[in-house]
Amino acid sequence: MNVNKKLFMFFSLIFLVTLLAACGNSAIQSNSNSESSNTEESTEQQGENAGEGTIKVGSILPFSGVYASLGKDLSDGMKLYFDSVDWEVEGKTIELIEEDTEADPQIALRRVRKLMDQDNIDILTGAVSTAVAYAIRDDVDTNKLPYLASHAGGDDLTRGQRSDYIWRSSFSSWQIGHSMGEWAYENVGEKMYVAAADYAFGREVSAAFKDAYTAAGGEIVGEVYPPLGNNDYASYLTTISGVEADGVYGFFAGSDAVRFVQQYEQYGLKDKYTLVGSGWLVSEDLRESIGDAAEGIFASSFWDYSLDTVENQEFVAAYEEAYNRRPTVESLEGYDAARVIVEAISTLGGDVSDPDATVEAISNVTFTSPRGTIEFDKDTHHIIQNMYITETVIEDGRTENNVIHTIDSVQDPGE
Amino acid sequence: MDIIGAQLVNGVSYGLLLFIITCGLSLVFGILGVLNLAHGSLYMFGAYLAYSLTVTYTQSFWIALLVAPIVVALIALVVERTLLRPTYHLGHLSQVLLTFGLAYVFHDIAKFVWGSNVLSITVPPIFSGSTSIFGQTFPVYRLIVIIVGIAIAVMLWLIQDKTRWGAIIRAGLSDKEMIGALGVNIKLVFTVVFVIGGVLAGFGGVVAAPILGIYPSMEFQTLILALVVLVIGGLGSIAGTLVASVLVGVVETFSRFLFPELSMFLIFGLMAIVLVFKPNGLLGKKVA
Repeated sequence: MNVNKKLFMFFSLIFLVTLLAACGNSAIQSNSNSESSNTEESTEQQGENAGEGTIKVGSILPFSGVYASLGKDLSDGMKLYFDSVDWEVEGKTIELIEEDTEADPQIALRRVRKLMDQDNIDILTGAVSTAVAYAIRDDVDTNKLPYLASHAGGDDLTRGQRSDYIWRSSFSSWQIGHSMGEWAYENVGEKMYVAAADYAFGREVSAAFKDAYTAAGGEIVGEVYPPLGNNDYASYLTTISGVEADGVYGFFAGSDAVRFVQQYEQYGLKDKYTLVGSGWLVSEDLRESIGDAAEGIFASSFWDYSLDTVENQEFVAAYEEAYNRRPTVESLEGYDAARVIVEAISTLGGDVSDPDATVEAISNVTFTSPRGTIEFDKDTHHIIQNMYITETVIEDGRTENNVIHTIDSVQDPGE
Repeated sequence: MDIIGAQLVNGVSYGLLLFIITCGLSLVFGILGVLNLAHGSLYMFGAYLAYSLTVTYTQSFWIALLVAPIVVALIALVVERTLLRPTYHLGHLSQVLLTFGLAYVFHDIAKFVWGSNVLSITVPPIFSGSTSIFGQTFPVYRLIVIIVGIAIAVMLWLIQDKTRWGAIIRAGLSDKEMIGALGVNIKLVFTVVFVIGGVLAGFGGVVAAPILGIYPSMEFQTLILALVVLVIGGLGSIAGTLVASVLVGVVETFSRFLFPELSMFLIFGLMAIVLVFKPNGLLGKKVA
């Protein structure tokens, strides 16, 4: 190989490394656009000339990229509820227009503008990534488009970034983290170590946990924030194993959660410290991959598969029959968001032409969801809901979550 | 002191895991001069195939360890014969573009076949236990990875330096035309080397799966690290790859221990420093 070729290889290599590092995910995500537009067409209940008798609901979810499975569950949950009312409310047909956000704020903004300008949607829902929700906030606000956030949990969306037209039926980071604090102090011990993925959500949840835990009298003996998508926790776990503590609070989701929980056991930490975290650490779709290592974890969430209520059993049965798999917490979010929309349209008598009346109707929605009774806080526009502490146990050779404690009507402070 | 020792074991284990994944890439680059950006995808196929074999068909990690690399090698064979061969005279850019494009194609195929859920593999019972070193608990599997990594390094060295095949391969690298004139089928040599690269990628996928997990876009995450190792070690040098893998493993482990927020930055920092002082990498061949 001669000098020039060698040099060229070097530069192209370095260029590629930077390219991959900088935009690896977003480049990957732009692949499967066509997939989402197929779903889009199939879900349109009316043809092109849908006229006066339809209410258009726009949905922005990630159907490709890292959050693709969350987007699919949310979408399936929504469709399950719309199916149960035959896509009709007050004589109007509901038309669901789905757009793929790829978890990219810029793409999401373009999709939302398309939904507003071309499709003339009446109500917007969705967003998994909080960055997406923040990115579309101003457009939604100035265009007076009623928007029901069905996943994105960033605290600020119903605090500093609050808008008259934005309501949230899912959860806030604060609710997830804070609910575990007091319980951990009373049931785990007085000293805890915090390990959370280093991104906005992980930081917000663990900060809320720390506040609640120290307010209850506990002491945080150390904290570490591995990068999001970290592939090996060996080093962090070795550090933690040298610490005097009663438990570890871990905030990880997706593939991070699988690796963290498995390696936590492999490195012998499971015998030394109780592991507590959020529901995503032991979520329905991950526990099979995690295996027995998940046993003994305590997690806080606003819904769990095992919740023993009539509403939840009906929801679970219907979902399993429709999709032949267990619902996840995202499926529930989609299901509830669809119901909030339908109930709001119902109180309006099917007239969604006035956005102010529509958000007013959303704010008054209250019902008993599979997760318990929910209502909206009219000051913060955020949902008031029960939080549950679950324990993961082994039943019939596989792990299951059991709800062991309920914290009633948790309200986000809104500041 | 104990904790330093324990972190060192972590670092070496992680480093050799990187070596197992990267050595195939390094071999192919060293001999064919092709930077195979689809290497990560072959690695991913190894992991996913191992998952299918252990969970659905055979339930055996050992069979997966044997079969998955062979299947991946077949994929590599098809890729080399049909797609890569026509590009040999076109130069590096078209090869880089081709293999990078392939990586995206493979990404979508894997997503279509295995879905976007996170999967994992359990290791056989004899590896699944833990042992104590420096007063710390270590999974036995991590120590096995160290042994496997060293074994592969020794094997590659023996083949390249001590066998006739190795001599042909090295000769082919220096002067293609001459070795062709001497009656060696250089095209066959290239195919064989690319297939061996595929075997190593598939093997790496199986070995890494229990530690790193199996999930969509795992191949891109690994490819970045593999390229960093390749650049630090020196392009196309197996010994350099070994040294660089262990170095990256140890540096990343200790930076996670000492400055957790900076770990990724420090790896790229290390690469930059190596490039400034040794543009050919630590053990890269001198530019002829």
